[in-house]
Amino acid sequence: MPKKLRRYGPPLLLISPSLILIGVFVYALIIANFRTSLTDITTAPQTTGLAPHRIVWFENYINLFKSDAFQHSLKNLILYTVTFLVGTMFLGFLWAWLLEKRDRFEGIFRTVFLFPMAVSSVAAGVIWRWLLNSNQGTRASGLNRLFQLLHLDFLQNNWWNNNSIGIMAIAMAAIWQLSGYVMALFLAGFRGIPDELREAARVDGASEWKLYRHVLFPQLSPVALSALIIIGHMSLKAFDLIVSISKPANYQTKVPAVDMYIFKSQYYYASAAAVGVILLAFVLVLIVPYLVRMTKREK
Amino acid sequence: MSESVTLYDPAPAVRRRRGKGFNWARLLRYLLLLFFLIVVLIPVYVLVITSFKENATASQAWFLPENWSLENWKSAWMGFKGLPAIGPALGRTVGMVVPAAIISSFLGSMNGFVLSRWRIPYSNVIFTLILFGMFIPYQSVMVPLYQIVHGLGLPPGTPSLIFLHVVYGIPITTLIFRNYYESIPNELIESSRVDGAGMLKTYSRVVLPLSVPSFVVVLIWQFTSAWNDFLFALFFSSGNNGPVTLALYSMAGGSMLQDYGASMAAAIMSSLPTLLVYILLGKYFVGGLMSGSVKG
Amino acid sequence: MKRIVKVAVAAATAGCLALAGCSGNSDTPSGNDSTGQEQVEVFTWWSTGSEALGLEAMVEVFDRDHPDVNFVNGAVAGGGGSSKNLLQDRLDAGDPPDSFQAHAGLEIQDYILAGQVEDISALYDEFNLRSVFPTDLVDLLTSGGKIYSIPSNIHRANVIWASVPVLTAAGLPATAEFDSMSAFIEALEQIKTATPDAIPLSVGGVWTQVHLLEVVLIAELGPQAYNGLWDGTTDWKSGEVKAALEIFNKLMSYTNTDRDSLDWEEPSTMLIDGQAAFNIMGDWAPANFDSKNQVDGADYVYAPAPGTAGVFDFLADSFTLTTGAPHPEGAKAWLQTISSLDGQVAFNQIKGSIPARTDITPSDFSTYQQTAISSFKNDTIVPSLQHGAAATIVQLNTITQAVSKFTSGASDIETFQAELAQAMA
Repeated sequence: MPKKLRRYGPPLLLISPSLILIGVFVYALIIANFRTSLTDITTAPQTTGLAPHRIVWFENYINLFKSDAFQHSLKNLILYTVTFLVGTMFLGFLWAWLLEKRDRFEGIFRTVFLFPMAVSSVAAGVIWRWLLNSNQGTRASGLNRLFQLLHLDFLQNNWWNNNSIGIMAIAMAAIWQLSGYVMALFLAGFRGIPDELREAARVDGASEWKLYRHVLFPQLSPVALSALIIIGHMSLKAFDLIVSISKPANYQTKVPAVDMYIFKSQYYYASAAAVGVILLAFVLVLIVPYLVRMTKREK
Repeated sequence: MSESVTLYDPAPAVRRRRGKGFNWARLLRYLLLLFFLIVVLIPVYVLVITSFKENATASQAWFLPENWSLENWKSAWMGFKGLPAIGPALGRTVGMVVPAAIISSFLGSMNGFVLSRWRIPYSNVIFTLILFGMFIPYQSVMVPLYQIVHGLGLPPGTPSLIFLHVVYGIPITTLIFRNYYESIPNELIESSRVDGAGMLKTYSRVVLPLSVPSFVVVLIWQFTSAWNDFLFALFFSSGNNGPVTLALYSMAGGSMLQDYGASMAAAIMSSLPTLLVYILLGKYFVGGLMSGSVKG
Repeated sequence: MKRIVKVAVAAATAGCLALAGCSGNSDTPSGNDSTGQEQVEVFTWWSTGSEALGLEAMVEVFDRDHPDVNFVNGAVAGGGGSSKNLLQDRLDAGDPPDSFQAHAGLEIQDYILAGQVEDISALYDEFNLRSVFPTDLVDLLTSGGKIYSIPSNIHRANVIWASVPVLTAAGLPATAEFDSMSAFIEALEQIKTATPDAIPLSVGGVWTQVHLLEVVLIAELGPQAYNGLWDGTTDWKSGEVKAALEIFNKLMSYTNTDRDSLDWEEPSTMLIDGQAAFNIMGDWAPANFDSKNQVDGADYVYAPAPGTAGVFDFLADSFTLTTGAPHPEGAKAWLQTISSLDGQVAFNQIKGSIPARTDITPSDFSTYQQTAISSFKNDTIVPSLQHGAAATIVQLNTITQAVSKFTSGASDIETFQAELAQAMA
């Protein structure tokens, strides 16, 4: 026993601050949050502990799922995620493919495509809020105005000011921000493919297209999976960009993360916590299989 | 890490299969790339020209300013009509981001070292449990977090934010360092052990000096993500003591939307530091990006 | 080698930034740097325009009356909405300002229940305030027999503003006076047909839409039934309320499409730019007209909102003493100044609102303010919904969400009405 302690004691001591912090601020807080989501904390004095609260079990969840407003948020979240995923995967893959051959100006393109990632969502929101201005006709600005200048007036629309699909306009901004990231992932995937594979295919007389279709693309499926998971879980957390382009109070662009913020600021801690739990559940579905697979593979 | 190296391989361009004469495929490729380049840069164009316009009317929005003016830049930097000024906010952000990045780098380095090189039981499980913290939506801990941070008496603004970025930076920094340390040849560490050096000595004498590139990657990563953070800033600081993202948010979303020029100037200012890092240290920036992802 | 260079660049960059940080920090105004001297930190959202200038004038009076107390301005930008979150943040963190601004009425209820503000009834006697404020107002500030804040100024919410050039272009007389909402709608219709490029009625983001809704409710239900909406004596599910909501819906159809991305200033500026004809907004709007050199009567006209003549839809700003205030003595000094005649006159002359005190000389104020002062004395006074006088923060938030849902087209009038009823149930 002392031997084991000598052997494992110091390293455990070294990582113990991190372990404690993660234990408290990730795991304990998830549990605490879950507990709050089962209470009836919905007033100011309850949030400060001046008034008592009680456990109402899953009432908050039932109310949430029953309400139009939250169903609308969920629908928005799905639309946003699908648009965002399809957009970033398509553009990211296309760019990586176009840049896969090392060429003279490759570096410039790559740098430009990736740069929006270095900009905060709030800054991106400032510009996209302007671009996605919903005015048309004489008061048009932003993209609608650009369409007028290009004589593409029929393309004008009210962007995010549309209850059913407005959220997709905001996903456009997100696609602008993160396609470069997916490109970088795919590009790394392309570069990771050994040259021998290409050469072998060429020796076999495969055409360029066949080379890609049958040899190179299949090699990229693990990268595609990673990209899907990363982008998917980013999309579930989407908040910064949405509130920077629209406003938290706007019904059109509500998603659960925005609801959480609103609930929190009106003392509805119980509902805020419940929304948090729901978001966590979505992320778990996506992430846990990934983490488990990774851990197994490492062994 | 290794991916980023291949991605940024400085080796001269290898051209395969150059057709003789004109190459239609190549032309098409460049046309497509150019098209996307323009599309990606459109927002930047608008951002820059609007920030130099004195009175931006909607109809002239897409044209270059008639008079280039620095007025917007001035008012954004100094703050106008009482809105939080970007100048001091930039200062506060630096004061928040630098300590946060340094502290979390060291924590990540220690964890990475222990989890990769010191075969403690269940190190894989511990690692995965730490890593999980990277993926959680912070909304799922925000309510109790808000209560606990205030309960601890951490003042809103810089102190709270440093603490939060350090805590929630642990997973990613641990991941980057662990992956890096796994690539260090075992002999180096073994030889130091044979010398009878204890764990701390091995760490400080052998491992730390080797970690410089990793530190750069992690520092940049933490710098960028803390700089661009908005969620924690919104919950744990205010326009007057918070970072630049919050100041920008109040400026753009406050009642002064008509002053687009100033918010656009502010948006540029707030993004310059991270853009600078991206342009100068792109390789390391991408290194951070890749670390969590190409493991699949 | 290359690596070392890059690291050096990184270090240099960090260094530059750190320097920028230092210089930036030294610019920060009004830190808590004064040691020893008594001070008071006051949290307000008067950070812009005439509000900030009015606050400055008030601080001048304060410095004169209390030279030994250092005033620290905790003004936060972003209007009442977002600043309330920040305030809540500080109160919850146990880092309260000494005094903060709150709308008089039910809005302050949450702070009282949460134990975050102190009973300051005693100060009313000490400063002799009970006789100088209107009784209605003091009643609104009273909760369980105790008073928790002192009012500094009063605004009127039910005012309609109109752009004279736009009215003229549409062939309408240069007046904003309408007996009823239906007369108003006729005018809107004429603008729509005569000048298709002009927006008949400009409006901003959700909160300004709630503001519009409350004005419509007053106009259609009358002051008594409107008051009943808040104490439960008027049925939200009634046919009268539904008729009012239909008017509201009709009005919204004349508004600008980009409303949800705006605040109140832009819609008001649309009148100045000749883009819109009418705007219904509280009487803080003149500040915007003044700042753009608009002349009362020649460039813009105003009147009580259609169908609300004789009603004063009021909101009042008031100040509190926080529980656990670091400088209670400073806060007391501040409350003395804001309740004093000199303080209220200096502040309101610039801010454009009217003093809460009734012992003022009306001729000290602008033409508009004089009309407001006399209306406040003679009209029926009703509390504002959007501005915290009529409903609690939670009720208001729920109503706001219902309004956003409705005006963005996600619900019909029946659902809207049911949700409003639910919010106040």
